[in-house]
Amino acid sequence: MAAYIARRLLQTVVILLGISFVTFVLLYLIPADPARQIAGRSATAQTVENIRHQLGLNLPFYEQYLRYVAGLVQGDFGRSYLQKTEVATLIASRLPASLLLMAGAITCELIFGLTMGVVAALRRGSRTDDTLMIASFVGVSAPQFVIGILLLYVFAVKLGWFPIGGYGTFAHLVLPSVTLGFLGAGWYSRMMRSSLIEVMRQDFIRTARATGAGRAKVLFRHAMPNAILPVIAMIGIDIGLFMSGIVVVESVFGWPGIGQLAWQAIQRVDIPIIMGVTLVSAFAIVLGNLLADLITPLIDPRIKLR
Amino acid sequence: MPTMFAETARSKEGRTAGVWTRLLRRPLALIGLAVIIVVVGAAALAPWIVPYDPHEQFFEGLTIEGAPLPPNSQFWLGTDLVGRDLLSRLIYGARTSLVIGVVANGIAVVIGSLVGIAAGYFRGWVDTVLMRFTDLMMAFPALLLAIVLAAIFTPSLWIVAMVIAMVNWVQIARVVYTETRSIAERDFVTAERAMGAGAGRILFRHILPHLLSTIIVWATLGIATTVLLEATLSFLGIGVQPPIPSWGNIIFENQTYFTSAPWLVFIPGAAILALALAFNLVGDALRDVLDPTQQGRH
Repeated sequence: MAAYIARRLLQTVVILLGISFVTFVLLYLIPADPARQIAGRSATAQTVENIRHQLGLNLPFYEQYLRYVAGLVQGDFGRSYLQKTEVATLIASRLPASLLLMAGAITCELIFGLTMGVVAALRRGSRTDDTLMIASFVGVSAPQFVIGILLLYVFAVKLGWFPIGGYGTFAHLVLPSVTLGFLGAGWYSRMMRSSLIEVMRQDFIRTARATGAGRAKVLFRHAMPNAILPVIAMIGIDIGLFMSGIVVVESVFGWPGIGQLAWQAIQRVDIPIIMGVTLVSAFAIVLGNLLADLITPLIDPRIKLR
Repeated sequence: MPTMFAETARSKEGRTAGVWTRLLRRPLALIGLAVIIVVVGAAALAPWIVPYDPHEQFFEGLTIEGAPLPPNSQFWLGTDLVGRDLLSRLIYGARTSLVIGVVANGIAVVIGSLVGIAAGYFRGWVDTVLMRFTDLMMAFPALLLAIVLAAIFTPSLWIVAMVIAMVNWVQIARVVYTETRSIAERDFVTAERAMGAGAGRILFRHILPHLLSTIIVWATLGIATTVLLEATLSFLGIGVQPPIPSWGNIIFENQTYFTSAPWLVFIPGAAILALALAFNLVGDALRDVLDPTQQGRH
């Protein structure tokens, strides 16, 4: 176990280095001159040169990369071109809102996705099953910004049940969470359905039935703990979907998280911020995968660590 | 030798016909195909079927207060904020979606398949380098990576297609890689190699045909992803740039007025959903039809 964890951690470090390299190359390729952008339009050539020197932009490629990685390790993601603030500070101040939204979204997609999946699996081949699976297809095919605007229109503008965007109370959290969870609910319901069908086919379920256990007991005591496992493991892997989703959902609902930060940065072509959010998301995805890999064997001892 | 070719051709034709019949027997796949045909038809015939010029701003397309018109008898789907006909813009927007869907996804499928096949067949350091790179790219959230790329290059129709391709090849590479590995270990490949066949012959004559159904399924599903990604990028203002209409940028241009002119958001939104859903339905049905091992799991 210890050796496995050590190896996985080492792999993670390598991937993180790879990620930093890719983002660095992208930054390096950007035609715009960061020194010129920081200095502003009226700066003299001397000022621009000074800033370039200060940022190390005159160093060779590999030295610049080493400086970049050294900065990242110390939590230095560079500075915003326009806001003159550390990107790390900006992201840190926005992160709690995004994590809250993510928690809300995971709750929504698990509630909707798992329920739909279980019902569909239990009524396999019926009209209900077909309807639910079509619904799950709609979930994965619907553009998030349209769902977001639709929910806003119906529940905030027309019915007035929820506030029109913003942040602060529980009511503010509901619509963005549902929007973000919509896509995931589509995936989870399909996964839950096939997983449960697979488990219900196995011998120990027949044994459980033979001992006289009722339907509910067979489902919740015997089948679900096994069927839910691959689905739960997906949450860690799924973080990528969230990270993409929050940019759209936060910009639709005016939710002050890192997604909105990225969206505002897009409008002003503030590249360090976009890069910072991308890096943080990539790190989150890698850590999510790592956690999923580490937790799964704890829940299910049959899974061998390799 | 010629007879052998004829043999393969005929059996392949037989198989294709079977696939079509089985596909057409599924109501959901039929609905999906119908939607795709309508959209492709509209896009292809756009100049002849649009009621108005999509770029023309009609004086009578706005109310006296300057507000857009809801759907009416003159402008069937209403007009947008500057008085252009929404239906005409939607029809031309279908071209954008489809061009990007086909081009971007086509490039992604080619890159993904080549990477997957090369890594799965040659193994060793080729495998390590290619697949670790694929893993790396998988760690980036697709939309954010596309945003970074779109921010670096000035977005045009082709740049958007390239950006999406660069983000979307990853999944297909993974799938093709796994498939290739298992096929390359089968006896007939070993036999071919023992008979002295070169890598090129084995790959293209023997392995690729076995991969074809997987690639077709993923290419179909990939169009849905591509259509959604293009719409999202355009909605964020970094995809296809106005005045070229795209379903995503129509929503981008009009979203601030969604309370007073909801049709300007929900009609293009419904179009995006319908097209993505259609490709997902057909792709899913194709998977069931083409891949016998997946049957019964549906």
